Amino acid sequence: MPDSTTTESTFDAVADIIAETSSIERDKITMQSHTINDLGIDSLDFLDITFAIDKRFGIKMPVEQWMEDVNEGRASADEFFVMSNLVAKIDELIAAKA
Amino acid sequence: MQLEYFQLVDRVATLDLKAGKVECLAQVPETSTIFEGHFPDHPILPGVLLVESMAQTSGFMLLALEDFKRLPFLIQIESAKLRTFVVPGEKLRVTGTLVHQGSGYAVTKGEIFREDKSIAGAELRFRIMPFPTEGLQARVRERAEEVGLGEAVG
Repeated sequence: MPDSTTTESTFDAVADIIAETSSIERDKITMQSHTINDLGIDSLDFLDITFAIDKRFGIKMPVEQWMEDVNEGRASADEFFVMSNLVAKIDELIAAKA
Repeated sequence: MQLEYFQLVDRVATLDLKAGKVECLAQVPETSTIFEGHFPDHPILPGVLLVESMAQTSGFMLLALEDFKRLPFLIQIESAKLRTFVVPGEKLRVTGTLVHQGSGYAVTKGEIFREDKSIAGAELRFRIMPFPTEGLQARVRERAEEVGLGEAVG
Protein backbone atom coordinates (compact mmCIF):
# COMPACT_ATOMS: atom_id res chain seq x y z
CA MET A 1 0.00 0.00 0.00
CA PRO A 2 1.26 3.50 -0.73
CA ASP A 3 1.90 5.67 2.29
CA SER A 4 -0.53 8.47 3.06
CA THR A 5 1.98 11.20 2.12
CA THR A 6 2.32 9.77 -1.37
CA THR A 7 -1.44 9.37 -1.69
CA GLU A 8 -2.08 12.96 -0.63
CA SER A 9 0.41 14.41 -3.08
CA THR A 10 -0.90 12.14 -5.83
CA PHE A 11 -4.44 13.24 -5.01
CA ASP A 12 -3.43 16.91 -5.17
CA ALA A 13 -1.71 16.44 -8.52
CA VAL A 14 -4.63 14.50 -10.01
CA ALA A 15 -7.21 16.95 -8.66
CA ASP A 16 -5.22 19.86 -10.12
CA ILE A 17 -5.11 18.11 -13.49
CA ILE A 18 -8.87 17.43 -13.42
CA ALA A 19 -9.68 21.00 -12.41
CA GLU A 20 -7.49 22.42 -15.15
CA THR A 21 -8.58 20.01 -17.87
CA SER A 22 -12.31 19.90 -17.19
CA SER A 23 -12.99 23.38 -15.77
CA ILE A 24 -14.23 21.88 -12.51
CA GLU A 25 -13.76 23.91 -9.35
CA ARG A 26 -10.80 22.46 -7.49
CA ASP A 27 -12.64 22.61 -4.14
CA LYS A 28 -15.37 20.32 -5.45
CA ILE A 29 -12.94 17.47 -6.01
CA THR A 30 -12.58 15.21 -2.98
CA MET A 31 -11.27 11.72 -2.30
CA GLN A 32 -14.89 10.53 -2.44
CA SER A 33 -15.72 12.12 -5.81
CA HIS A 34 -16.69 9.78 -8.62
CA THR A 35 -14.94 11.24 -11.64
CA ILE A 36 -17.80 10.37 -14.02
CA ASN A 37 -20.97 10.36 -11.88
CA ASP A 38 -20.12 13.26 -9.54
CA LEU A 39 -17.72 15.39 -11.56
CA GLY A 40 -19.39 14.70 -14.92
CA ILE A 41 -16.14 14.14 -16.79
CA ASP A 42 -16.87 12.89 -20.31
CA SER A 43 -14.78 10.42 -22.26
CA LEU A 44 -12.82 13.04 -24.22
CA ASP A 45 -11.94 14.99 -21.08
CA PHE A 46 -11.05 11.72 -19.36
CA LEU A 47 -8.62 11.01 -22.17
CA ASP A 48 -7.03 14.44 -21.61
CA ILE A 49 -6.77 13.68 -17.92
CA THR A 50 -5.30 10.24 -18.62
CA PHE A 51 -2.66 11.78 -20.89
CA ALA A 52 -1.81 14.44 -18.31
CA ILE A 53 -1.52 11.80 -15.54
CA ASP A 54 0.56 9.47 -17.75
CA LYS A 55 2.91 12.36 -18.51
CA ARG A 56 3.03 13.73 -14.96
CA PHE A 57 3.95 10.39 -13.37
CA GLY A 58 5.67 8.64 -16.29
CA ILE A 59 3.17 5.79 -16.26
CA LYS A 60 0.62 4.24 -18.60
CA MET A 61 -2.75 3.94 -16.91
CA PRO A 62 -4.30 0.72 -18.25
CA VAL A 63 -7.68 2.33 -18.85
CA GLU A 64 -8.62 -0.12 -21.60
CA GLN A 65 -8.11 -3.03 -19.20
CA TRP A 66 -10.11 -1.24 -16.51
CA MET A 67 -13.00 -0.63 -18.91
CA GLU A 68 -12.90 -4.25 -20.03
CA ASP A 69 -13.04 -5.38 -16.40
CA VAL A 70 -16.04 -3.14 -15.79
CA ASN A 71 -17.84 -4.14 -19.00
CA GLU A 72 -17.33 -7.84 -18.32
CA GLY A 73 -18.49 -7.59 -14.70
CA ARG A 74 -15.12 -8.40 -13.14
CA ALA A 75 -15.00 -5.04 -11.37
CA SER A 76 -17.28 -2.12 -10.57
CA ALA A 77 -16.62 1.29 -12.11
CA ASP A 78 -16.17 2.66 -8.57
CA GLU A 79 -12.97 0.63 -8.20
CA PHE A 80 -11.29 2.78 -10.82
CA PHE A 81 -13.20 6.03 -11.03
CA VAL A 82 -13.78 7.09 -7.42
CA MET A 83 -10.89 9.46 -6.67
CA SER A 84 -9.51 7.54 -3.67
CA ASN A 85 -9.38 4.34 -5.74
CA LEU A 86 -8.00 6.09 -8.82
CA VAL A 87 -5.25 7.66 -6.73
CA ALA A 88 -4.42 4.27 -5.15
CA LYS A 89 -4.18 2.70 -8.64
CA ILE A 90 -1.87 5.50 -9.78
CA ASP A 91 0.31 5.05 -6.67
CA GLU A 92 0.54 1.33 -7.46
CA LEU A 93 1.66 2.10 -11.01
CA ILE A 94 4.24 4.60 -9.75
CA ALA A 95 5.55 2.03 -7.23
CA ALA A 96 5.71 -0.69 -9.91
CA LYS A 97 7.78 1.61 -12.10
CA ALA A 98 10.36 2.30 -9.38
CA MET B 1 -3.22 14.21 -52.82
CA GLN B 2 -6.64 13.26 -54.09
CA LEU B 3 -8.71 15.80 -52.24
CA GLU B 4 -12.11 14.49 -53.30
CA TYR B 5 -11.23 11.05 -51.89
CA PHE B 6 -9.71 12.57 -48.77
CA GLN B 7 -6.38 10.97 -49.62
CA LEU B 8 -4.00 13.62 -48.35
CA VAL B 9 -0.66 11.89 -48.58
CA ASP B 10 0.86 10.30 -51.68
CA ARG B 11 3.72 8.30 -50.28
CA VAL B 12 5.18 7.16 -46.97
CA ALA B 13 8.85 8.01 -47.45
CA THR B 14 10.29 6.79 -44.16
CA LEU B 15 8.90 5.10 -41.10
CA ASP B 16 10.92 4.33 -37.98
CA LEU B 17 8.67 2.48 -35.55
CA LYS B 18 11.33 2.30 -32.86
CA ALA B 19 11.90 6.03 -32.86
CA GLY B 20 8.21 6.77 -33.47
CA LYS B 21 8.83 8.85 -36.57
CA VAL B 22 7.19 8.94 -39.98
CA GLU B 23 7.61 11.13 -43.04
CA CYS B 24 5.19 11.35 -45.95
CA LEU B 25 5.22 13.17 -49.26
CA ALA B 26 2.19 15.01 -50.56
CA GLN B 27 1.67 17.07 -53.67
CA VAL B 28 -1.24 19.46 -53.79
CA PRO B 29 -3.17 18.90 -57.05
CA GLU B 30 -3.20 21.63 -59.68
CA THR B 31 -6.97 21.41 -59.97
CA SER B 32 -9.78 20.37 -57.66
CA THR B 33 -13.43 21.30 -57.21
CA ILE B 34 -12.43 22.42 -53.72
CA PHE B 35 -10.39 25.26 -55.20
CA GLU B 36 -13.48 26.53 -57.04
CA GLY B 37 -14.94 27.55 -53.70
CA HIS B 38 -11.81 27.98 -51.56
CA PHE B 39 -11.46 30.58 -52.89
CA PRO B 40 -12.83 31.85 -56.22
CA ASP B 41 -9.89 33.40 -58.08
CA HIS B 42 -7.60 32.72 -55.11
CA PRO B 43 -7.16 28.93 -54.73
CA ILE B 44 -5.57 27.80 -51.46
CA LEU B 45 -5.63 24.45 -49.71
CA PRO B 46 -8.06 24.63 -46.76
CA GLY B 47 -6.32 24.57 -43.39
CA VAL B 48 -8.46 21.67 -42.19
CA LEU B 49 -6.97 19.58 -45.01
CA LEU B 50 -3.45 20.49 -43.86
CA VAL B 51 -4.42 19.24 -40.42
CA GLU B 52 -5.92 16.11 -41.98
CA SER B 53 -2.69 15.46 -43.89
CA MET B 54 -0.81 15.54 -40.57
CA ALA B 55 -3.43 13.22 -39.06
CA GLN B 56 -3.14 10.74 -41.96
CA THR B 57 0.65 10.80 -41.73
CA SER B 58 0.62 10.02 -38.01
CA GLY B 59 -2.23 7.60 -38.66
CA PHE B 60 -0.09 5.43 -40.94
CA MET B 61 2.56 5.21 -38.23
CA LEU B 62 -0.03 4.30 -35.59
CA LEU B 63 -1.56 1.68 -37.89
CA ALA B 64 1.84 0.07 -38.28
CA LEU B 65 2.47 0.25 -34.53
CA GLU B 66 -0.88 -1.49 -34.02
CA ASP B 67 0.00 -4.05 -36.71
CA PHE B 68 -3.22 -3.08 -38.53
CA LYS B 69 -5.32 -4.67 -35.80
CA ARG B 70 -6.87 -1.37 -34.68
CA LEU B 71 -7.58 1.95 -36.30
CA PRO B 72 -6.61 5.40 -35.00
CA PHE B 73 -9.40 7.98 -35.08
CA LEU B 74 -8.53 11.67 -34.78
CA ILE B 75 -10.31 13.06 -31.73
CA GLN B 76 -8.42 16.19 -30.74
CA ILE B 77 -6.25 18.87 -32.31
CA GLU B 78 -4.14 21.00 -30.01
CA SER B 79 -2.16 24.12 -30.79
CA ALA B 80 -2.58 23.95 -34.54
CA LYS B 81 -0.57 26.54 -36.42
CA LEU B 82 -1.06 27.22 -40.13
CA ARG B 83 1.70 29.65 -40.94
CA THR B 84 1.27 30.28 -44.63
CA PHE B 85 -0.99 29.73 -47.65
CA VAL B 86 -0.55 26.47 -49.53
CA VAL B 87 -1.43 26.70 -53.20
CA PRO B 88 -2.14 24.22 -56.04
CA GLY B 89 0.89 22.27 -57.24
CA GLU B 90 3.01 22.61 -54.10
CA LYS B 91 5.11 19.70 -52.89
CA LEU B 92 4.94 19.11 -49.16
CA ARG B 93 6.73 16.92 -46.66
CA VAL B 94 4.55 15.87 -43.75
CA THR B 95 6.02 14.38 -40.58
CA GLY B 96 4.65 12.70 -37.50
CA THR B 97 6.41 12.04 -34.19
CA LEU B 98 4.99 9.82 -31.49
CA VAL B 99 4.67 11.80 -28.26
CA HIS B 100 2.91 9.18 -26.14
CA GLN B 101 1.34 5.79 -26.70
CA GLY B 102 -1.28 5.37 -24.00
CA SER B 103 -3.89 2.75 -23.26
CA GLY B 104 -6.38 3.07 -26.10
CA TYR B 105 -5.05 6.40 -27.27
CA ALA B 106 -1.98 8.01 -28.78
CA VAL B 107 -0.58 11.52 -29.02
CA THR B 108 1.60 12.69 -31.89
CA LYS B 109 3.17 15.89 -33.13
CA GLY B 110 2.51 16.64 -36.77
CA GLU B 111 4.43 19.06 -38.93
CA ILE B 112 4.36 20.13 -42.57
CA PHE B 113 7.39 21.41 -44.45
CA ARG B 114 7.81 23.28 -47.71
CA GLU B 115 11.38 22.35 -48.58
CA ASP B 116 13.03 22.76 -45.16
CA LYS B 117 10.71 25.38 -43.77
CA SER B 118 8.01 24.38 -41.30
CA ILE B 119 4.72 25.82 -42.50
CA ALA B 120 2.21 24.09 -40.21
CA GLY B 121 2.12 22.05 -37.04
CA ALA B 122 -0.21 20.60 -34.43
CA GLU B 123 -0.39 18.16 -31.58
CA LEU B 124 -2.83 15.41 -32.50
CA ARG B 125 -4.65 12.97 -30.29
CA PHE B 126 -6.14 9.72 -31.50
CA ARG B 127 -8.39 7.13 -29.97
CA ILE B 128 -7.27 3.65 -31.00
CA MET B 129 -10.26 1.42 -31.66
CA PRO B 130 -11.06 -1.91 -33.30
CA PHE B 131 -11.92 -1.66 -36.99
CA PRO B 132 -15.68 -1.16 -37.23
CA THR B 133 -15.89 -3.47 -40.28
CA GLU B 134 -13.68 -6.04 -41.97
CA GLY B 135 -14.23 -4.23 -45.25
CA LEU B 136 -12.69 -1.06 -43.87
CA GLN B 137 -9.77 -3.02 -42.43
CA ALA B 138 -9.10 -4.56 -45.85
CA ARG B 139 -9.37 -1.17 -47.59
CA VAL B 140 -7.01 0.47 -45.12
CA ARG B 141 -4.45 -2.29 -45.72
CA GLU B 142 -4.78 -1.74 -49.47
CA ARG B 143 -4.33 2.00 -49.05
CA ALA B 144 -1.25 1.43 -46.89
CA GLU B 145 0.24 -0.68 -49.68
CA GLU B 146 -0.62 1.98 -52.26
CA VAL B 147 1.36 4.60 -50.31
CA GLY B 148 4.28 2.22 -49.74
CA LEU B 149 3.96 1.83 -45.99
CA GLY B 150 5.56 -1.62 -45.93
CA GLU B 151 8.59 -0.54 -47.97
CA ALA B 152 9.08 2.55 -45.82
CA VAL B 153 9.61 0.70 -42.55
CA GLY B 154 13.21 1.24 -41.53
